[in-house]
Amino acid sequence: MSLTGTDIRNLFLAALALTICALLPLGDNGYWLGLGVTIAMFTALATSWALFSGPTHYISLATAAFFGVGTYVTGLGIDNLPFWSLVGLAGLIGAILAALVGLATLRLSGVYFVIFTLGLAELVRQVITWVQNNTGQKGLYVLTDLDEAGIYWWLLGLCAIVFLAGWLIGRSRLGFALRIIGDDETVAAHSGINTARAKVLLFMVPGAVAAMTGAILAPRYVYIEPSLAFAPILSFQVVIMALLGGASRLWGPLVGVIPFTFLLEAVSSNFPNQTTLVIGVAFLVIVYLLPGGFVGLLNKIMHRINTRERF
Amino acid sequence: MNRRPFLKLVSALTIASALVASAASADTIRIGAVAPKTGPLAGGATVTQWPSIYLWVDQVNKAGGLTVDGEQMMIELIEYDDQTNPGETIKAVQRLATQDDAHFIIAPYGTGLNLAAAPLFDRYGYPQIAVSAITDQQADLSDKFPNMFFTLGTTTALAADVVKVLSDMRDAGQMGDKVAMVNVADAFGIELATAAKPLFEGAGFEIVYETSYPLGTQDLSPVIKGAAAAEPDAFVAWSYPPDTFGLTEQAMIENLDVKAFYTAVATPFPGYGARFGAAAEGVLGAGGVNPESPAFMEYAAAHEAVTGSKPDYWASATTYASLEILAQSIEAVGLDRADVTAHLKESTFETILGPISFDENNSNADFWTVGQWQGGVFKGVASRGRDGTVPVILKDGWE
Repeated sequence: MSLTGTDIRNLFLAALALTICALLPLGDNGYWLGLGVTIAMFTALATSWALFSGPTHYISLATAAFFGVGTYVTGLGIDNLPFWSLVGLAGLIGAILAALVGLATLRLSGVYFVIFTLGLAELVRQVITWVQNNTGQKGLYVLTDLDEAGIYWWLLGLCAIVFLAGWLIGRSRLGFALRIIGDDETVAAHSGINTARAKVLLFMVPGAVAAMTGAILAPRYVYIEPSLAFAPILSFQVVIMALLGGASRLWGPLVGVIPFTFLLEAVSSNFPNQTTLVIGVAFLVIVYLLPGGFVGLLNKIMHRINTRERF
Repeated sequence: MNRRPFLKLVSALTIASALVASAASADTIRIGAVAPKTGPLAGGATVTQWPSIYLWVDQVNKAGGLTVDGEQMMIELIEYDDQTNPGETIKAVQRLATQDDAHFIIAPYGTGLNLAAAPLFDRYGYPQIAVSAITDQQADLSDKFPNMFFTLGTTTALAADVVKVLSDMRDAGQMGDKVAMVNVADAFGIELATAAKPLFEGAGFEIVYETSYPLGTQDLSPVIKGAAAAEPDAFVAWSYPPDTFGLTEQAMIENLDVKAFYTAVATPFPGYGARFGAAAEGVLGAGGVNPESPAFMEYAAAHEAVTGSKPDYWASATTYASLEILAQSIEAVGLDRADVTAHLKESTFETILGPISFDENNSNADFWTVGQWQGGVFKGVASRGRDGTVPVILKDGWE
């Protein structure tokens, strides 16, 4: 693998951006840091989601399932294991769970896959509740010394790993294979690509990342219970943010997450009695006005400029 | 192709963010409130939490405000919906503390949401007088969050007093010692069942039927049929709002023949009495108040006049009492939050529930645990340190 001048420049710029982001807790330790945590969390979730769903066009609603598993890993293990090992363990469990789910379902396509992933969060939640009910376990309290700045840095580190992984996958044979699968799965299979294996491998990335995000955020929630850990709204928020940005580029979800977080913030602070209603209307407006996301909009603008120059 | 859609979106965003800036006036006390208006807990919060907040603000402002250092200050309420999502609760508390510059913040609703907010209340030094956060971890939590106070009791006390009420009935020869115990398979239902089982066994009860059902189960007839087949003397359900109603309905259909029938959360809701009418007579439930006390009657009348709905017979009054405690502290020591917290720890407050003070674990030791529908009113039949408990009556059919 060889790096071109552009690659080196991009890597350098990304490292610079990351450093600037990492300085946020030094500037503000309250409101803006809180928003920073939200943005970092959704950046990790939406970018890893788009790594799989962008090229393959499989819409996965399983984020809440993996996220919930991650919070439970921290909740159950925080008294016995160091925090960093729990984050790693959550990633491992998330990846294994994603592999199992992938083996069972990625031969399905279209709406069947969507419905299965939506049901997965409920399935995992019921399994955990069943275990708790049979062991008579009490509520889980995660009391740590990790503060908002610590959580932010953990999430930022995770984002860096996601972007690096996405960049490497994009350059690899696996990434190439997935783009072919996305364009035409039959052609891909006839070209000798093991489509099921490629899809399962890549599905493990969002699974692991969502579980690690859950593990990192568990100390922020302090008390872990199934209805809060497996809230299905999370899966939908991730999809909408990624689509607003555009799932076809690595940086696409990021440009969706940032404006959407500010939009949600503006809505919930100004319409305390109609928050859910206004958010719903915003969803409709985004889908209607920006079907290709910001990336699609940018492509159209570029295309128009190019066309003009030619004439 | 045109750019107008993008411009529209940008201008909408700009207008929305311009509205964020809120005017802060110097002569008012800014009180923040965040609780569910949507999501799974909205049903409980709109009965128990929000109306009591509106009533309190209305009453304080009609009386000319609170006296702070000899000056009358009106209350300005800033409210947010957390959509029953801990991430939103955290954002809202953050916003109240740093953007709205709230002087005080009313504790959120529900155990999970209260605990998600606790690190922020702690960091910004806000006293957090939690109401609907029932736990056995008061010692650990008040150690970690010294500003957090607990008013509604502990899980174990709630379970233990049900066992005690039933033991007393048995010892008085009113019923035998066979109990059917069921629970909703969710956080609080599991905690209560886990606490209750050894207590029942220790008190010499025989658990003849035991099962659980998932949250959101629509058809509860197998649960009631199974219990009826075991011919228990008492039926105890550690239930949540939807299944509290569902189990009662099925018990009526099956004509479940027991001397004591207990369902947990939401039994004290006015909607329960309204829905089941005479059939509710004798049903036991979690919580309670002394509905005969003049203070409660005055509160209930004002609640209905101002908000248009009746308070429940448990946490509504405690929510209102927590606001009375906050108001009395502000009038005593002013707007400094550290002073208010110190005052909370050392004083005794006169509330509609009677006197309330906090022990070394920031915990209120006097609270209601079990109540019963008697004559269309839910009356407290067991409590820790509260006056006005009435004798338990036997459940006599469902007519």
